[in-house]
Amino acid sequence: MIELRDVTRRYGDGPPALRDVSLTIAAGEAVAILGPSGSGKSTLLNLVAGLDAPSAGSVSVAGVRVDTLSEAGSARYRRATIGMVFQFFNLLDDLTVADNVMLPAQLAGMSRGAAERRAAELLGTLGVDRHATAYPGRLSGGERQRVAVARALMNRPALLLADEPTGALDSASGEDVQRLLADLHADGQTIILVTHDTALANACATRTVRLADGRIAADTLAGAR
Amino acid sequence: MSALGRVVRSGVGRRRVQTVVIGLVVAIAVTSSVLGGTLLVASTAPFDRAFGQQHGAHLTAHFDATKVTAEQLAASARAAGVSGAAGPFPTATIDPGDGDREPIGPLLVAGRAEPSGGVDAVTLTRGRWATKPGEIVLFSDGRFAGGSRAVGRVWTLEDLPGAPALTIVGLARSISGTAGGWVVPEQIAALRPDGYQMLYRFTAAGTGAQVDAGRAAVAATLPAGALTASRSWLTTRQEAAGEAALFVPFLMAFGVIGLAMAVLIVGNVIAGAVSTGTHRIGVLKALGFSPGQVVRAHLAQALIPASVGALLGLVAGNAIAAPVLSQTNDVYGTSDSGVEPWVDAAVLAGVLGLVAVTALVAASRAGRLRTVDALAVGRTPSAGRGRWAARLTARIPLPRPVTLGLAHPFARPVRSATIVAAIAFGTAAVVFSVGLAASLQRVQDAEGLADVMVEAGQREGRDRVERPAGTSMDTAAVLGAITAQAGTRGYCGTVRAPVSTPALTGELEALATSGGNCADSYRLVNGTWYTGPGQMVVATPFLTRTGTAVGDTVTLTSGGVPVAVRIVGEAFNTEHDGLQILTPIETLTAAQPQLRPREFRVYLTPGTDVTHYSDELDVALAPLGAFVGMAERGTPEAILIINGLTALLSLLLVAVAALGVLNTVVLETRERVHDLGVHKALGMAPRQTIAMVIASVVVTGLIGGALGAPAGLLLQRTIVAEMGWSAGFRLPESVLDTYHPATLVVFGLGGLVIAVLGALLLAGWAARTQTATALRTE
Repeated sequence: MIELRDVTRRYGDGPPALRDVSLTIAAGEAVAILGPSGSGKSTLLNLVAGLDAPSAGSVSVAGVRVDTLSEAGSARYRRATIGMVFQFFNLLDDLTVADNVMLPAQLAGMSRGAAERRAAELLGTLGVDRHATAYPGRLSGGERQRVAVARALMNRPALLLADEPTGALDSASGEDVQRLLADLHADGQTIILVTHDTALANACATRTVRLADGRIAADTLAGAR
Repeated sequence: MSALGRVVRSGVGRRRVQTVVIGLVVAIAVTSSVLGGTLLVASTAPFDRAFGQQHGAHLTAHFDATKVTAEQLAASARAAGVSGAAGPFPTATIDPGDGDREPIGPLLVAGRAEPSGGVDAVTLTRGRWATKPGEIVLFSDGRFAGGSRAVGRVWTLEDLPGAPALTIVGLARSISGTAGGWVVPEQIAALRPDGYQMLYRFTAAGTGAQVDAGRAAVAATLPAGALTASRSWLTTRQEAAGEAALFVPFLMAFGVIGLAMAVLIVGNVIAGAVSTGTHRIGVLKALGFSPGQVVRAHLAQALIPASVGALLGLVAGNAIAAPVLSQTNDVYGTSDSGVEPWVDAAVLAGVLGLVAVTALVAASRAGRLRTVDALAVGRTPSAGRGRWAARLTARIPLPRPVTLGLAHPFARPVRSATIVAAIAFGTAAVVFSVGLAASLQRVQDAEGLADVMVEAGQREGRDRVERPAGTSMDTAAVLGAITAQAGTRGYCGTVRAPVSTPALTGELEALATSGGNCADSYRLVNGTWYTGPGQMVVATPFLTRTGTAVGDTVTLTSGGVPVAVRIVGEAFNTEHDGLQILTPIETLTAAQPQLRPREFRVYLTPGTDVTHYSDELDVALAPLGAFVGMAERGTPEAILIINGLTALLSLLLVAVAALGVLNTVVLETRERVHDLGVHKALGMAPRQTIAMVIASVVVTGLIGGALGAPAGLLLQRTIVAEMGWSAGFRLPESVLDTYHPATLVVFGLGGLVIAVLGALLLAGWAARTQTATALRTE
């Protein structure tokens, strides 16, 4: 489903953030990208999400050459294929929880009524439906991340990208999100998870890719750990 | 470079768009302020400057030649308090005729060899000075000057022995208005001389009492009864001030709008620039900068681009003012060469002072924040503001990017309010200027309307008309030719006749009319048009000066015969300073049975080709002693100047408004760049981003336009009416009411256009912003 071939990403004159990375991820896999700060984890995630383009090499997701897409093409690709969960949630403070969750669907052209029904379903599934009309600022960290996951799943994406999803949470909330991701994967959701939390990777991922200095240092299946 | 210097330099360089906007806003504010200030100065004291430039006479005195000699008058220049004198100039009062046209009336002529002199330096505006007998130079502002066409005309003085002729060789301007015309001194002997004229300047002449004292001192040196008449320069100045007053309300309105806009936008831009730097202020304080250093840094960051902009604005303002001043010189008779230095200095100090105070207040507030609080200040607006709007707009059945944008202004209500005000000012300026231009054009169209004029005379070639003395047209035949011509809708025959009324001193002019279409040439402001003899229509100044009203009956004396005439209507008519009387010819024929129309105003059926009609009628009129003249359709220079200035000032105000919007969008977009990244990460396409940014200014644009359009209309109606009153006229409703409601709505939407223009530049930038970069921005 996802294929990175000889991908290099260089910013300015410094050393490349990623160098000659080749990686293939099949549908249904849950892959954890591990590595220290500056190893290239977030760069890899941005390239897959179409938020950034490689300096060399190619990135294909579900048969689409993401690296060649225009800005508008990237937007369409993200709406149709990608759901993103961020470390700091990135919920919009001036929109209610429900409005935040509905936003990706509405950007894709879904009617408000249909978006409301889908959002209510997701919020119910994730256990935060009682906060639908609240503003994100009133929610706990764990609840906010659940809302962010709901928003990411709004358009039924083929691929869920999570960037340090527990990085800003206390341990209890972190475990909560960890269970949520594991459940999603159990339901067949393809996930790429960027983290430096080995426990999270072990709990959620079927495969671990370790990056160091922009290169793949290790690529391990869960059973082999 | 010191640490503070580095902070200032990086601050100026890092926010390039904001730096450019500050510079541009200040530049345009300074340009419009310099221009407005200069015009205000030029219009409020044009007489005093022209008087100084031309060494005007504080006292113009006339003497009886039988009681005083030229030598005695020359010696009066040494009277106490006299600082300069010119003369004695021999004078005569002539009563010239101009071909077969109506009499011109008495004209004071002075014998003067040279236009220059220490007192009343007369300025030639056309032609040349008289160099020999038989030549005359006319006072260019006088009612007999006849414009540029006057030069070359020949006047015959049939009431004088030998009927001497005077050829008009030039037009000249005398700020003191000392004579209606000038001839060489030796000419006066042939013109029945009636005395001498002396022109005096006094060491003190600022008050009526001082001028009176000067006059008394002069009279004391001369034989008793020698001084027959005199005119103070203060009287002349008072009359001139009336003309300047026409411009004052207009210029004051623009001056106030311009200054208010400058204060509003500059304040908003600077306060916004400093407030977005609050987080940076926290960083600087964490690094050890004192609050004072932080304030100085932000003050410098605002003042550097503002100073550059102010200097550019000053150069532009002075450059634009130069050609404008040359036009006002023509109107006022002044010779101003440039912007007064104090205007430049005041504008520069005012605008930079405003920038400094605004930056100081905003930076001091930020500087007083605790470091930890300043660091905690995010880029997004405070949580909670405008959420009601976000909830409301989310339910509007429009694409989501649009509804997201519509809610943005409510998150920053104060900033949005200032932008609404800026857009309202810009819209009001456009509505005002377009309405003013239309009003001024309608003032021109409101009197003397006719498609074609038929006059007595013989055409010789295309542009030359001979009006031989003594000839007169065959009125009945001319009228027959006019009515027989295809395309004639109607006509109005006119003849000017002198009349008088006890309520006013001096002679008045009656325009006696015949024909059924005379009302077409005028716009009534009150009452009705006359329906028969014994009725008349007058203008506001006549009613004011005589203390009469529509419905009153006035006794006119025509040819020595008193005639009771009832005022049935008040019309807009500026002829003879608004004192001309319009009445049917039959009102005066009892006293003057020989009265016949000398001109015909002809009105054509719609769609008639005026040129073709005129050519054909000219051929028919040639044997009848008449020809087709030009209907006065030109726009006076003063109105062209006002229109030009209005357009220029409006353009500046619209540009300032658009820049204000641009600046707001810059601030908004920068503050929301992280949210923008989130939107894009969730799939917001570039076109949707542009739609969101544009939508964010739609509300402010619409509200600004909705407020600005009626405000501009109100301003236009008030100012135009005030301009009319300043000149002593009540204006017809058609002059004030220049807008159709639908047109006003279109102008109201202009506010939206201003807002969208301001937002478009940034919308493209927002759409291109790298999502990953935006997401990293906290």
